[in-house]
Amino acid sequence: MLSLRSAFRAFSRAPLLSLLSVTTIAFSLFAFGLFGLVALNIRNALRTVEERVEIRAFLADKTPVEQIAAASDDIAKFPEVEHVDVVTQEQALARAKRELGEFKDVFESEFLPASLDVKLKPGFRDPNTVRRIADRLRALEFVDDVRYGDEWITQLYRLRNIAGVAGGVLGLAFAAVAIIIIGATIRMAVLARAKEIAIMRLVGATDWFIRRPFLIEGSIKGIVGGTLALILSYVAMRALQQYLHLETAFFDQRMAMLGVASGALMGLGGSAVSVGRHLRKV
Amino acid sequence: MIRFDRVTKIYPRSGGSAALRDVTLHIAKGEFAFLTGPSGAGKSTILKLLYMEERPTSGEVRISGYNSADISPRDISKLRRRLGIVFQDFRLLEDRTAEGNVAFALEVTGVPRPLIPGKVARALTAVGLASKATAYPRELSGGEQQRVAFARALVNDPFVLIADEPTGNLDERATRGIFQLLRDINASGTAVLMATHNLDLVRSSDYRCIEMNHGEVVYDSADAKRKAG
Repeated sequence: MLSLRSAFRAFSRAPLLSLLSVTTIAFSLFAFGLFGLVALNIRNALRTVEERVEIRAFLADKTPVEQIAAASDDIAKFPEVEHVDVVTQEQALARAKRELGEFKDVFESEFLPASLDVKLKPGFRDPNTVRRIADRLRALEFVDDVRYGDEWITQLYRLRNIAGVAGGVLGLAFAAVAIIIIGATIRMAVLARAKEIAIMRLVGATDWFIRRPFLIEGSIKGIVGGTLALILSYVAMRALQQYLHLETAFFDQRMAMLGVASGALMGLGGSAVSVGRHLRKV
Repeated sequence: MIRFDRVTKIYPRSGGSAALRDVTLHIAKGEFAFLTGPSGAGKSTILKLLYMEERPTSGEVRISGYNSADISPRDISKLRRRLGIVFQDFRLLEDRTAEGNVAFALEVTGVPRPLIPGKVARALTAVGLASKATAYPRELSGGEQQRVAFARALVNDPFVLIADEPTGNLDERATRGIFQLLRDINASGTAVLMATHNLDLVRSSDYRCIEMNHGEVVYDSADAKRKAG
């Protein structure tokens, strides 16, 4: 109770310093949050593209319908496969006309082959799995050819990996900067109360007792800063949507809470380091 | 009660020169002793070793059952709750009243809240400041501020009062007042160890005097008396 009161008294006693530290925490977490939003949206965009990964097995002419149906059922049972569409020659023609509207006069007869369009489950859309399934389809006697956009799947995955690594590295860098800033602001708070700490030690307060209000203060600053950062990120995202007409996603509830919690954790960590260093020195 | 056994202290960045050299001392329960000598003689180092702010480089300090060789941080806190420590610069919190400053020592050592006001009032009365309990340090004279510091030191009923130049910042009149207060404290059974430059004060009483120079005890009136006797 005393620690909590003491932590709150620290806010009222040095409002400017507290405001400064909360703002600094808010802005460093805001930078972190903006980066998180960019990463989130890139990931969402990539997922949409990834959903279009499809293996198309073109069937030989005159393959009996029963055989196609049986094969389709078999393939649908592969653990990696989400579903299989059977596309007849007529459907293939209709699709070609739809997709390539201006050339629709060219398509007259049923010269397009029928196909099995295989869609893979999420998590199995990487180049290796796609290639493996494609090879299995190619081995079927009535399959003429298999297409799956080998090149672009590889490119897509390379892009995703780069985005992942860059996201991780930059995210860590931002988090480190945030922790250092929080540590520095708490250090100022510690120095502002150096005399009080010295007296506490002199009259026999334990180190843990001295530490506690600073840890609480740091966590509160982290939570307030984290919430502010969340609000700022939301405002920034809305502004982007409004002026750039971009369809963007925001953090869901779980991620938002995780963000505020990590703010609190940074506050706690920064305080622990600052107070610990001070107590070791005096 | 307090025993220094061949204590040498060399501070890490002192270039190897000793602040204390092979000091052996014994201070009995309820005793009053002055610690005198020029600046840098080692007076403050003796006091810091007593409240375990510093540890000896060699030798050992024993105080009330604690030993500098193996005392834990937790025990250091416990020890300090039973010591009263006062400095030349008072070390009061400016944003707390006189009673707030005294209460602080109890609050941060976990004394139950209901017991605090009574203890604080008694300590302030003992130092003659009951009427200024609600004054802030800036509203008090130097002598009064030092009395608040004494009240804070006494509020936990220490068995020894350690005073490092407590009259160094005070005029003659306030010095006399503080010295009388120290006598009263000692008369009630608390041992007093006082470091001072003020030789008039030392000469005006027949308390034990330990004189230091270059980190060594060069004169101890207790030894002199023993030899004479």
